[in-house]
Amino acid sequence: MDLHFGDSKPTDEERAAVDALLGPPESSWEGAARDEMRTEDLRWARGGRRARERRDLLLPGLHAINDRIGWISDGALGYLCRRLTVPPAEAYGVATFYALFSVRPRPATVLHVCTDLACAAAGAQELGAGIESRLGPGSGVSVARSPCLGLCERAPAALAIRAGDPVRTAVSAPATVAAAVLAATAPDSAPEEPPAALAVPQAGDPSLLLLRRVGVVDPASLDDYRAHDGYAALRRAFALGPAGVIREVTDSGLVGRGGAAFPTGRKWQATASQPDRPHYLVCNADESEPGTFKDRVIMEGDPYALIEAMTIAAYAIGAHRGFLYLRGEYPRALRRLEHAVAQARARGFLGDDILGQGFAFDIEIRRGAGAYICGEETALFNSVEGYRGEPRAKPPFPVEKGLFGKPTVENNVETLVNVVPILTMGAPAYAALGTGTSTGPKLFCVSGSVARPGVYELPFGATLGELLTLAGVRDGLRAVLLGGAAGGFVRPDELGIPLTFEGTREAGTTLGSGVVLAFDDTVPLPRLLLRIAEFFRDESCGQCVPCRVGTVRQEEALHRIVARTGADAAGDIALLREVGRAMRDASICGLGQTAWNAVESAIDRLGAYE
Amino acid sequence: MTVTPLGIPRRLLEFTVDGAPVRVPEGSTVLDACRAAGKDVPTLCQGDTLRPKNACRVCVVEVEGARTLVPACSRRAEPGMVVHTDTERARHSRRIVLELLASSVDLSTTPRAAEWIEEYGAEPDRFGPDAARLDEEPRIDNDLYVRDYDKCILCYKCVDACGDQWQNTFAISVAGRGFDARIAVEHDAPLTDSACVYCGNCIEVCPTGALSFKSEFDMRAAGIWNESAQTETTTVCAYCGVGCNLTLHVQDNEIVKVTSPHDNPVTHGNLCIKGRFGYQHVQNRG
Repeated sequence: MDLHFGDSKPTDEERAAVDALLGPPESSWEGAARDEMRTEDLRWARGGRRARERRDLLLPGLHAINDRIGWISDGALGYLCRRLTVPPAEAYGVATFYALFSVRPRPATVLHVCTDLACAAAGAQELGAGIESRLGPGSGVSVARSPCLGLCERAPAALAIRAGDPVRTAVSAPATVAAAVLAATAPDSAPEEPPAALAVPQAGDPSLLLLRRVGVVDPASLDDYRAHDGYAALRRAFALGPAGVIREVTDSGLVGRGGAAFPTGRKWQATASQPDRPHYLVCNADESEPGTFKDRVIMEGDPYALIEAMTIAAYAIGAHRGFLYLRGEYPRALRRLEHAVAQARARGFLGDDILGQGFAFDIEIRRGAGAYICGEETALFNSVEGYRGEPRAKPPFPVEKGLFGKPTVENNVETLVNVVPILTMGAPAYAALGTGTSTGPKLFCVSGSVARPGVYELPFGATLGELLTLAGVRDGLRAVLLGGAAGGFVRPDELGIPLTFEGTREAGTTLGSGVVLAFDDTVPLPRLLLRIAEFFRDESCGQCVPCRVGTVRQEEALHRIVARTGADAAGDIALLREVGRAMRDASICGLGQTAWNAVESAIDRLGAYE
Repeated sequence: MTVTPLGIPRRLLEFTVDGAPVRVPEGSTVLDACRAAGKDVPTLCQGDTLRPKNACRVCVVEVEGARTLVPACSRRAEPGMVVHTDTERARHSRRIVLELLASSVDLSTTPRAAEWIEEYGAEPDRFGPDAARLDEEPRIDNDLYVRDYDKCILCYKCVDACGDQWQNTFAISVAGRGFDARIAVEHDAPLTDSACVYCGNCIEVCPTGALSFKSEFDMRAAGIWNESAQTETTTVCAYCGVGCNLTLHVQDNEIVKVTSPHDNPVTHGNLCIKGRFGYQHVQNRG
């Protein structure tokens, strides 16, 4: 590659940010100053493939610059490209893909105010306006309207990120104007977030399987985790052997909890049997579906359980490298996981010889940077590899050609942590929970018009009504959104729907990622639908026409009919149906295919424009 | 002498297209099979010299057993597949894709676009006068070619031709996201500040005329571009010993554009700046 780099130079701080990640440059070919003669500067063929193979450090490099400076300048991007042998045009394409990055100067502090479904119903609009008027011009804080921050149980939410060394973050939820402004102007003195256990109304209930340790163990202590049966499942896995683990997981009937409900055991088996090496394990922690926060609660409250589960999965499929792709808006989960991975490594629970069993495995945490689409499994691969987070065509499927083109298992956080109880209690006992086809426990993210919002763990088969009663649903229920923005609405008279994959499918709706968002009759439904449409328009990657333009046309039509009903809305509803059908049929990935689901269900089930 | 590698003989596989059995060599795409069977499946982002990107979705067909429609350009044919190219469902998606494109992009120089819009009964105006469009101005920042992104359907072909599939210059990429995504060089700078080497291989693959020779752009602006009055002469580039084939497009005894045959086994339609743009000396008549 004969790369062309511009004349822009990085500032000392930008250079330091990149060097802190990659180490100092070895030669002026990599951007070192030409102030002294080095033998490394003599021209010979070096770098080449070895340098290009570090392309996956592009996203961490962009984070390093953005964290330190607050935005990514021409000079900083050029220097990063030199260090990694990445064409500047491609790096620019990657940097402009993510909402958390800016390639234009902006203040060092950005306050992300969530305006998504749960927060909108809790007054996010007034909050955002109040914050802006309190801060006033020249405050040094840039206020950004944000998609769901995954703090729905404490809506409305705001997240402040202040660039520097180190980068500071502060969460304000439930946010008031004063608290959010304090978080943005003085992130260090903002009050500490409440413990993760407060998001688990059932915390301490001994019958829980997945949330058992949340609020019980110290999430910073490996010893505490071990004292609460931690690493018993991994020991059992080593006793069973890889094939035995896959058999247990298959027999347990576990299916993916990310929304697609694919049998986990089959996915593992298909990857394990691929002759191509190496195999990779990817944990999808890019939890971005509006209304979803269960993975955050697990990662914040019981991080070692995820690390143990990933180790078991890697052992089963023969992977020695695992990637944990964490969404960029989860600063506390990042801190907890980084600490936990370091502890596990120091104590021999990760590394070259885990528990003296001769099995080598380690985990790299990669941060997303504000892109819902990167939760799509193949888009996530592209994002990790340092490309734009655009979904790939399938087939080939990830079990055959996944991360770096190698056989890969990608599982959601909740799916993985289910593996721990499967191995400790045994597949038959696990499969006895729930219903015949939806086995085990399921986490539900309940928020909106309820007295006790939070993550609930129930065996599959409980009805929607039972769950809402548990959460203390308020009077005047108008609609329940199941599965988030990609899911669908149901009516208050449909609370008998069993919360299983087959039960929701029979009822013509979806369980999705386990979102249960309750809206009372004070929330204007057309506004809600418009917010969903805006979300999909913002988050479409732009690769395929049905989604790129279809989501825009959907939003425009919903804008036109926001205050119309009956015959006045009929023409646009017909238009929405036609565009929605093409998005569902012809989009490349699940984002476009589901972008019309919630709107369709609101029209057909709720009679939103009648 | 050019030797065309034939490769090892490929097995034939059999499947069904619109009720009739077809036999294609293993590794063929559904589109290859449809074209061999004489079906006119529309395509925009598909390129005969590029790997399928399946971004435009205008070639979707129905495959029995598949949950969604399938892009014919990239899906490999499998034995026993049952493909329907002309069902109501497939035609619906094609029509909507054409409407979405035509309502946001200037398709006036896209070959066959008007014909397909008519054939599928697409009505791009139905999204109303306020429907968002790309609203881009032509970028004229060098003497050789123009980037008119108001005509860009974001098919990725120029990016792929500039990148590892052919040119390995990597001067352009898709920047931004969603409806705001655009083809751009780094920092969206003028072409003259970029890595561009002006080979024009992006123009060669552009399906909509968003990328065009400055000569063509100027003649279109002046209203004197007339393809029916042009002759095409394929000859050999005289600059170096490689001997690339050039096709000279001549109107009124002036070279107005240079392309290269895609079926040339050496260059596959690619040229360098000299072959593509270095023709002025031919018409210096003193």
